Amino acid sequence: MQTIFFVVAAVFALKLFFIQVLNTEYKHAADANTIKRVVEYPFRGLIYDRKGKLLVQNLPVYDLMVVPKEIKDIDTLRFCKLFNIPLEEFRLKIKTAKAYSYVKPSPFLQKLSPEEFASLQDNLVEFPGFYINARNVRGYPHQSLAHALGYIGEVSPQKLEQPEYAAYAVGDYLGVSGIELEYERTLMGKKGVKYRMVNVRGLDKGPFKEGQYDTMAVAGQDLVSSIDLELQQYGERMLQGKRGSIVAIEPSTGEILAFISAPFYDPNLLTGKDLGKNYLSLLRDPEKPLYNRPIKATYPPGSVFKLVQALIALEEGVITPETGYPCNQSLVKCAHGHPYPSNLKIAIENSCNPYFYQVFRAVVNQGRSRNIYQDTHLGLDSWRDHVLSFGFAGNLGVDLPYENMGIIASSRYYDKLYGKTGWKYPTFYSMSIGQGETGATPLQMANLMATIANRGYYVTPHLIKGIGPNQQPLPDYQKKHFTSVSSRHYEPVIEGMAEVVASRRGTGWWANLSHLGIDICGKTGTVQNPHGKDHAVFAAFAPRVNPKIAIAVYIENAGFGSISSAPLASLMIEKYLTGTISKPRQRWEGWIENGEFYKSKN
Amino acid sequence: MERAPKISRNIDWITVAIYAAMLLLGWMNVYAAVYSPDLKQSIFDFSINSGKQLIWIGTAVIIIIVLLVIDYKAYESLAYVVYGLIILLLIFTLIFARPIAGSRSWLEFGTVRIQPAEFAKFATALAASKFMSTINLRQQNWKEHAILAGITVLPPVLILLSNETGSALVFGAFLLAFFREGMSPLILILGSVFVAIFILTLLVPKLYFVIAITLLFALAIWLNRRLLRKITSVVLIYAAVVGMVFSVDFFVNNILQQHQQNRIKALINPEADPLGFGWNVTQSKIAIGSGGLYGKGFLEGTQTKFDFVPEQSTDFIFCTIGEEHGWIGSLVLIGLFMALLSRIIFIAERQKTVFGRSYGYCVASIIFFHFLVNIGMTIGLAPVVGIPLPFFSYGGSSLWSFTILLFILLALDTHRKQDLTRA
Repeated sequence: MQTIFFVVAAVFALKLFFIQVLNTEYKHAADANTIKRVVEYPFRGLIYDRKGKLLVQNLPVYDLMVVPKEIKDIDTLRFCKLFNIPLEEFRLKIKTAKAYSYVKPSPFLQKLSPEEFASLQDNLVEFPGFYINARNVRGYPHQSLAHALGYIGEVSPQKLEQPEYAAYAVGDYLGVSGIELEYERTLMGKKGVKYRMVNVRGLDKGPFKEGQYDTMAVAGQDLVSSIDLELQQYGERMLQGKRGSIVAIEPSTGEILAFISAPFYDPNLLTGKDLGKNYLSLLRDPEKPLYNRPIKATYPPGSVFKLVQALIALEEGVITPETGYPCNQSLVKCAHGHPYPSNLKIAIENSCNPYFYQVFRAVVNQGRSRNIYQDTHLGLDSWRDHVLSFGFAGNLGVDLPYENMGIIASSRYYDKLYGKTGWKYPTFYSMSIGQGETGATPLQMANLMATIANRGYYVTPHLIKGIGPNQQPLPDYQKKHFTSVSSRHYEPVIEGMAEVVASRRGTGWWANLSHLGIDICGKTGTVQNPHGKDHAVFAAFAPRVNPKIAIAVYIENAGFGSISSAPLASLMIEKYLTGTISKPRQRWEGWIENGEFYKSKN
Repeated sequence: MERAPKISRNIDWITVAIYAAMLLLGWMNVYAAVYSPDLKQSIFDFSINSGKQLIWIGTAVIIIIVLLVIDYKAYESLAYVVYGLIILLLIFTLIFARPIAGSRSWLEFGTVRIQPAEFAKFATALAASKFMSTINLRQQNWKEHAILAGITVLPPVLILLSNETGSALVFGAFLLAFFREGMSPLILILGSVFVAIFILTLLVPKLYFVIAITLLFALAIWLNRRLLRKITSVVLIYAAVVGMVFSVDFFVNNILQQHQQNRIKALINPEADPLGFGWNVTQSKIAIGSGGLYGKGFLEGTQTKFDFVPEQSTDFIFCTIGEEHGWIGSLVLIGLFMALLSRIIFIAERQKTVFGRSYGYCVASIIFFHFLVNIGMTIGLAPVVGIPLPFFSYGGSSLWSFTILLFILLALDTHRKQDLTRA
């Protein structure tokens, strides 16, 4: 055993003799006094729209860094005057920097503009211990799409302690919300590090060991968004000064073409030196511009939900396209004076409430059990399974964080409220017309339109269609999710939706584009709002054959959907399909843009 | 009343002297490591590590007195009790400790933190020695072997669970002590082969490695035709080795999380991660290498100040010695360790009980392992494993634990003449 000890001791002594006495390389390295570790920040990935327009870019900014150990005899007063900070702040900042580290650089003043940088650069020689560190912040050349893009912010101390954030250091930026957060790993790239030998006077003596330990910064990968910037900006212009949202999807691919939440803000506010200040003022704004309506706001789906009711009833075989029900106002009120709903098409076209009251009851109470309570239980839950297959009451899986699930009440919910035998169909009949214990986000509603447009399936809606130079698509967004309603039942419903827009009696007549040869299939809806005027909804897809766009438009407090969200949806569709707005329809632009519909009696 | 003069007469003063010398040098170098030429703090300044280390040294002296005054027979009779308590403490720590720097291994009492893993070393040494004194390792009794393995493996498993890889590895040192007590050298060889395969799997591409193993086996059979008669066993061993290569590969690449993978890969090959462990080794080598033959002088080091070398007063304390005292200083340190280890072996061999002897070898093995890995990592001969240099590194838990480890042996030795029989 002693032999082992002495062999090890001898090996150590020998190795030490080599590196301490024989080898001079290490002495040179030490004579150079310090090996400085220069971190190179990678370019964060850029984001383009579907036509190659730049949505997010990088802009250079400059941080003033300080290494407390290297501060020597500086003229503090002159420094404060030059950088325009009070003396107390200077002392406090130095103290904070010392508390972090004596020898590692810490940020002293952050995000100087290029102009400030230029004026300071020459004076910096007088202040040993202070350095300029150049890096990039995000810039948004079009001021659009703030809610989807999100923003980046400084990494928090709590995160730095976690192993998943090992690649970050104090002062680094990472995605805090939106695409910036969701695709952080793709966008961030990899920091590079260069080891330079620097002598006592701070002079660069070249790379350490010919740079064999150096690594190159690897730029983050670029993303290609599915967003059509032109359509996005058009929608933003239309919703300017209003509250609401628009989500447009390409049905066959699930690619989101427009993603608008109004009121919106300029994403450039959340970059640069004033991020914190601007964030607070946006947060405190009573209009809540930070609220991401398309995925966060859940509204009762309203009359649009009647389409789902019809589809499920057809699948369950309780109605046929030819089934008629009386417009019995004693069951539930029906606002529209309309012809007798002798078939499904007429019922959809006129959005007849009593019709769907009866359809829903036929779906729920099919006599699965002789006990009426049991029957209702079974019926409600089997109906709910159908509804969930459309992506309701669950996360769709859009590539944005914090998606709201929405709700569709289940039998458990009513059991809790009323007991197992305390409720039956009349308790929840209002779900038949999309009111009551239902809630869906605008994204889920647009997805419903895409599902109907595809005759029975949807592809998870997503904002990023390609990654990197090859525009690699994401496998998650290639899959078709089929609903539990078979595809042959869609056509009769679509028939009704076409009539909604095509017929002069239809609730969506103001969305008609037949003069352009575009047949829109849509459905109006009204979201009852106990706090004020109802919210107007219009959901649609077009064209009827081989659909190219599915859309859901919400305008809050606009009353009836026919005169506000329906024309807006058709403007969006026209813009996307033809690239322009035809002459006879330009008056609608003014009607929407100026919010004329608010003045209407409805 | 009679005991005190007896202790002072019989205690092994040579060991005590080496111990004292190490503490003194360690303390001075901790001071040198944290000394700032700008601030010029005193070595007694309690706000820096050297001042705090003085408190630890003072408490260590109290511990020594207690250890020597306790009835020496208690160490053997209470060995399992102490072991059991430490195991409970480890479990308690694992469940209740607040994670500090990703590891749940510290217990906090106000501002004082202790690391129970450090104390598991002497407790395991006591329990293992006690068990060895009741069996004969030379006999191939698999049940006894299994119990002994259990005693030694349980603490490192608990420590590994708390994310303290370094402290867990130390328990491998017990194999050396078992070897002295008659354990078959086959186990040492098997252990080394296992470690070699593990490391090579991570270093060499899997396919080449498997081809190399295949060729090696083929060569062995070609050279020694008699192996053909035992072809079943040969094929089984071959399958086991290849199986291990794949399972290690699978374990590291598929089961471990990314940051754990990086850590293991960096451990094997620090240059693959110049930002992390590789950086430490480079800085540490520059510091030591710049010391030259005589060193730069006390407090004159430039590389080991502040953050150029990480953990300079704890795990990388040797850098300060290497830089400020040069090759001569390094030799003195190595010499001190050799003297201490030889003396411990000498003391172990003169014990009259198997318990005493085994314990002595455990102490020597543990200290040796720390010496081997700690110095090895600072000069780039061993992977970077965060374990302290005994008696030199700053830190209360480690100083206390090594003091207890060593002075239990001295307590046993002081009273050795009272044991009449030797098993």
